[in-house]
Amino acid sequence: MTVADTHRAIDAVWRIESARIIAGLARILRDVGLAEELAQDALVAALEQWPASGIPDNPGAWLMAVAKHRAIDRLRRSKLFEQKQGELARELQSRQEKAVADFETAIDDDIGDDLLRLIFTACHPVLSPEGRVALTLRLLGGLNTEEIARAFLVPEPTVAQRIVRAKRALADARIPFEVPRGSERAARLSSVLEVIYLVFNEGYTATAGDDWLRPALCEDALRLGRILAELTPKEPEVHGLVALMEIQASRSRARVGSAGEPILLMDQDRSRWDQLLIRRGLAALDRAEKLAAARGPYTVQAAIAACHARARTPAETDWPRIVSLYEALAQLTPSPIVELNRAVAIAMAFGPAAGLEVIDNLASEPSLIAYHLFPSVRGDFLFRLGRFPDAQAEFERAASLTRNARESELLLGRARACAQAQMRSGSP
Amino acid sequence: MRVMVIVKADKNSEAGILPTKETKETFAAVGKFNEELVKAGVMLAGEGLQPSSKGKRVRFSGQQRTVIDGPFAEAKELVGGFWLWQVKSMEEAVEWLKRAPFDGGKEVEIRQVYEASDFPAEVLSAEDAAREQELRDELQRKTAKR
Repeated sequence: MTVADTHRAIDAVWRIESARIIAGLARILRDVGLAEELAQDALVAALEQWPASGIPDNPGAWLMAVAKHRAIDRLRRSKLFEQKQGELARELQSRQEKAVADFETAIDDDIGDDLLRLIFTACHPVLSPEGRVALTLRLLGGLNTEEIARAFLVPEPTVAQRIVRAKRALADARIPFEVPRGSERAARLSSVLEVIYLVFNEGYTATAGDDWLRPALCEDALRLGRILAELTPKEPEVHGLVALMEIQASRSRARVGSAGEPILLMDQDRSRWDQLLIRRGLAALDRAEKLAAARGPYTVQAAIAACHARARTPAETDWPRIVSLYEALAQLTPSPIVELNRAVAIAMAFGPAAGLEVIDNLASEPSLIAYHLFPSVRGDFLFRLGRFPDAQAEFERAASLTRNARESELLLGRARACAQAQMRSGSP
Repeated sequence: MRVMVIVKADKNSEAGILPTKETKETFAAVGKFNEELVKAGVMLAGEGLQPSSKGKRVRFSGQQRTVIDGPFAEAKELVGGFWLWQVKSMEEAVEWLKRAPFDGGKEVEIRQVYEASDFPAEVLSAEDAAREQELRDELQRKTAKR
């Protein structure tokens, strides 16, 4: 085994073990930032020693043992320091002695609860959304700063700084390392789901850059979702989110053409949809629906995605059902974007004129002014109504609003098609 | 990336499920390993296969199709079960597989699954691509008529 081989193997071990090590340490140290630092120390030790000594039989236990020793050293050192602080330190001291003793026994306890605590802490609302995403991918996804930076197309120091700031914010706010209970739990869980879905969407529809799809991020998000679903098996919305991501991911092979151009849902070659992911998604949706009397927002969206997944051809799509699901979604999470989607479903179920009516009620919506899908959808309705010049103008406006180069090309292509249709129809 | 982890058949798997102490222990150990894989979000699918005595083979030669009944010889060359895993790298698959509860000289194989992006454009000739497009258009016309 060459040094490079060993390093790749260490990367793999790190990906498997890091979250568990950090979570276990954080429970004892009550400090996520410090836990991550010590886990990193263990990783550095592995990088130094394993190329010569070979990979140990139980690499996870090796890393944990090293991190544990560093943690105990740290506790002892701070204990000495605090002894000098006199009286005030006494209580702390006994707590730390207990912590050292705890370490030996407690660190090997059920790791599931610790992982859940780690997820809730990394996604804490006290952090900025960018901070939550970076910290979650770093602590739970096992990604390093460089990988996160590449995925989000930002410079590495920016990500490093986001992580440092996030850790500091957690320490400053004295965020306890625990799973929230009672009324707080629902709000905190939705913050976790939001972070995971944000990562997924960043991979699925990259907001900037030339690649329309960055599958690695989708896979990271799916993995986090699947892990969370096993940690919180009774939370319907977790299964709803997993279902949504599995079904959306099932289309990834079909939604990009050979030249890298995006292919819209109705134009996709459905034989390229990943039936394994569809099956997993439908199973997760079933779990979500059995757990809750009423569907939550992710479960509704998954149910909509499932309508498409079940249709073998576009013509078989159950549009009236999709319309009613969008109505349910509009009640749960009213937003102009949901209305826009409802308009699309209505146009498919009852014709473009009905869709246009819904969309024109949205025209004054400030949040939609700079949103490229609004003119793009409106352009589509107008095209189908034969109003080609109006449609062309909308597609051109949409193209000027998107930051994604591929999507812009697609929209300009549709604008050209409008001009051609106008010429064919013969009127000016 | 996705990998298929292929577990070869052996004397026991070819004999079918026997209610022995050994079978029970193996089942429990594999069950626990599966649970670990699911909890880590790695396992996409996994199945064990029934003995080859219940299997069939079809041999192709020109227009001729010959059906051969199991069991098939060479248990070591037969597939006894498989997993599909979602992993970041082949190394990660190896690290996971090392944790599997196998013993006794058993060899388990990891193979990477092809992704769409693995196919060079030349594999599908321009002619084939055009034909496929034609078929798709035809299909679309048919569905549009309905």
